[in-house]
Amino acid sequence: MTLSIKKLLLLCTLLLVSDLVFSASSSSDNEMNMKPISIDVSDKKSLQRGARNFFNYCAGCHSLKYMRYGEIAEDLNISEEQLLNNLIFSNQTPQDIVTTNMSKADGDRWFGKAPPDLTLVTRRKNPDYVYQFLKSFFQDDKSPTGVNNKIKDATSMPHVLWLLEEEMTPANYDQFLLDIVTFLEYAGDPTQEKRKSLGLWVLSFLFLFLVFSYALYKDIWREVK
Amino acid sequence: MSEKEESIFTNPFLRWIDDRFPLSSLIKDHATEYYASKNFNIWYIFGVLSMVVLVIMILTGFFLTMNYKPSAKDAFDSVEYIMRSVEWGWLIRYMHSTGASFFFIVVYLHMFRAMLYGSYKKPRELIWILGMLLYFCLMAEAFFGYLLPWGNMSYWAGQVIVNLFGYIPFIGDTLTEWIRGDYFISDITLNRFFAFHVILLPLAIIGLVVAHILALHHVGSNNPDGIEIKEYKDESGKPIDGVAFHPFHTSKDLVWITVFLIVYFAAVFYAPEMGGLFLEVDNFEPADPLKTPEHIVPSWYFTPYYAILRAVPNAALGAVFLVLAVLLFVFLPWLDRCPVKSIRYRGWQYKLALYIFVISFLALGYLGMQPATGVYVLLARIFTITYFGFFLLMPFYTRYEKTKPVPERVVYKK
Repeated sequence: MTLSIKKLLLLCTLLLVSDLVFSASSSSDNEMNMKPISIDVSDKKSLQRGARNFFNYCAGCHSLKYMRYGEIAEDLNISEEQLLNNLIFSNQTPQDIVTTNMSKADGDRWFGKAPPDLTLVTRRKNPDYVYQFLKSFFQDDKSPTGVNNKIKDATSMPHVLWLLEEEMTPANYDQFLLDIVTFLEYAGDPTQEKRKSLGLWVLSFLFLFLVFSYALYKDIWREVK
Repeated sequence: MSEKEESIFTNPFLRWIDDRFPLSSLIKDHATEYYASKNFNIWYIFGVLSMVVLVIMILTGFFLTMNYKPSAKDAFDSVEYIMRSVEWGWLIRYMHSTGASFFFIVVYLHMFRAMLYGSYKKPRELIWILGMLLYFCLMAEAFFGYLLPWGNMSYWAGQVIVNLFGYIPFIGDTLTEWIRGDYFISDITLNRFFAFHVILLPLAIIGLVVAHILALHHVGSNNPDGIEIKEYKDESGKPIDGVAFHPFHTSKDLVWITVFLIVYFAAVFYAPEMGGLFLEVDNFEPADPLKTPEHIVPSWYFTPYYAILRAVPNAALGAVFLVLAVLLFVFLPWLDRCPVKSIRYRGWQYKLALYIFVISFLALGYLGMQPATGVYVLLARIFTITYFGFFLLMPFYTRYEKTKPVPERVVYKK
C-alpha cells in the first residue's frame, strides 16, 4: 500500500528504461548494508522500554519538544507515579514539554553543534537510519570524542551507549536500540495507532455504503435501455 | 407560464421561493433535465471527483486555518500542534495534504479523458480553455500552499520556482523581489502566499468551476463515441441517447465517488506520506536558509515540467520550455485537425502519438524526481523532444489521419 503510486510510476518507466540506468545510479551513500528492521508501534511493552531507555540515556541532551510527559504516559499506559519516579529527572511536571537541561549555547560549545530535537527524527530520516546510526559507532582515535560513525562520518555525537554495548549481549543490545527507535517512531506521529484503527471503521463503512449505492444505481438504471 | 418556468414543487414555501428565485429552472436546467449520454465510462467520473476533492480541500483548509500560524517563527510548530494537540487535527491535516495529491491525480485523468475522446474540440473549446485556466490556478494554489508548512523542502522548492521568474529579461530580478516581498523567501513571503492560498486562488477556482460547468451545460457533454446526442431527439425534445443528470448520472457518480473515497481514505489512514511522495522527508525539518537539501525536488505533480526545465542546457531557455510545456495544452483544439473526436474512430497516428505523450509525461515525472545527472539528463532530453513533438507535430499527423466511420448513435450495451 505504502508505495503504490511510486511503484506504479516506477513500473511505467521500467517499461522504457533499461535496467542499466538503475544499476548505474545506485545510491553511493553510506547507507548501504542496512538490514531493514521491523518496528511495531502498537507494542506497548516495547514503547515503555523505549521510553525508559530514552529518558535515561538520551533525554539529557535531546529534547522532544512536540511531546508532553503526560501525553506519553497516557499513550503508553504509564502511571503518573511511574512517570514522576522513573522518567522525569528534573523539576518538570507531567504537563510540561519534554525539554533538556542543556542550553543550546552550551550544546553548541560542547559538541560544536547542539544535539538536535528528536521528535521528528524518524520521519526526517527513517527508523532504519536511526537504528543503524546507533549501531554503527566505532573507535577512532582521531576523533575528539574517541569514536566515529560508519553511517554518519565525523558525527559530533559521542558513543553514549558504549558501556551498555560492552555489558549487554548483542541480542539484548539490539533490542535496547530497537525499543528506542520504536519509541521515537511513536513520538514522530503519536496518533498513528489511533489513525490506523479509525481507518478500519471508515473503510468498512465506505465498503458497506458501496453496496447500497451500487444497489441504488442498479435500480435507477433498470429502465435505461 | 411556459412549461420551462413551471414550478416543480408542491410545497408552498418552495413555491414562494420559486416566485422570487429561479430554483425550479436551475434544478431542471442543471440536473433533472440536463441530458448526458448514457454510455459514459469510468473516464467520465473525474470531473465530478475533482469537485469532491475541491469540497474536501475547502472544508479541511477552513479548519486548518483556525490553528495554522502564517509566520516564519510559528508555521512549522503550528502544523505539529495541529497534528498532535488539536482535536482531530491529524485527520484534517492528512486529509488536506493527501487531498492535494489526489486533486492532481483526478485532474490529470480528467484532462486525459478530454484527449482520449476529443472533448476539447468544437463546440467545447471554451470549456477546455476554462479547464486549463482552472489547471493553472490549481498549480498556483498548490505552489502557494506548499510553502505554508515551512519545511525545508517547502522553502527550497519555493525558492527554485520563484527564481524561475528571474529569467524574464530586464524585469526578472525586480519581479522575483516583488513576488517575495523580500530579497529571499522570508516571513513576508509566507504571509502573502498564505493570503493567495486561502483567499484569492480558492475564489478564482470556484468562479472558474462555475463557468466551466455553465459552458458544459450550454453545449452538452461529449461522450466516448464523440458524437452529439442532441441530433437524435424524441417527440418531447429529449435526446434519445441521453439520460437525465439526476437521478441517472448522480446515482452512477455516487458509486464511483464511494470507490474514490475508499482509495483516498486508504491513503489518508494508511499511507499519508506515500513513501515521501505526498509528504517529503525534508519537510519534517523546519525551513533553514543555510541548509540546502541534497536534491531539491518539487511535488510529484510538478516533476514532469521540472524535468523539462532541467533537460534544457540553458536555464533561461529551460524556463521558456517549462512555460510552453504547460501552455501548449490550451491550443489543443486548434492543433488537432482531425474532424473525428473519439479515439475509438481515429487513425493510428493519433493513437500512437497519445501513447508516446503519456509515456513521455510519466517518464518526465519520474526523471524530475531523480538527480539531474548522466543518463537521466539524456532520457529527460529525449522525452522532452517527444513531449513537444506530440503538440507541435499534431497539425501534420492529425490532418492525414485515416479515420474509421463514426456511428450515428452512441454505442451502449446494457
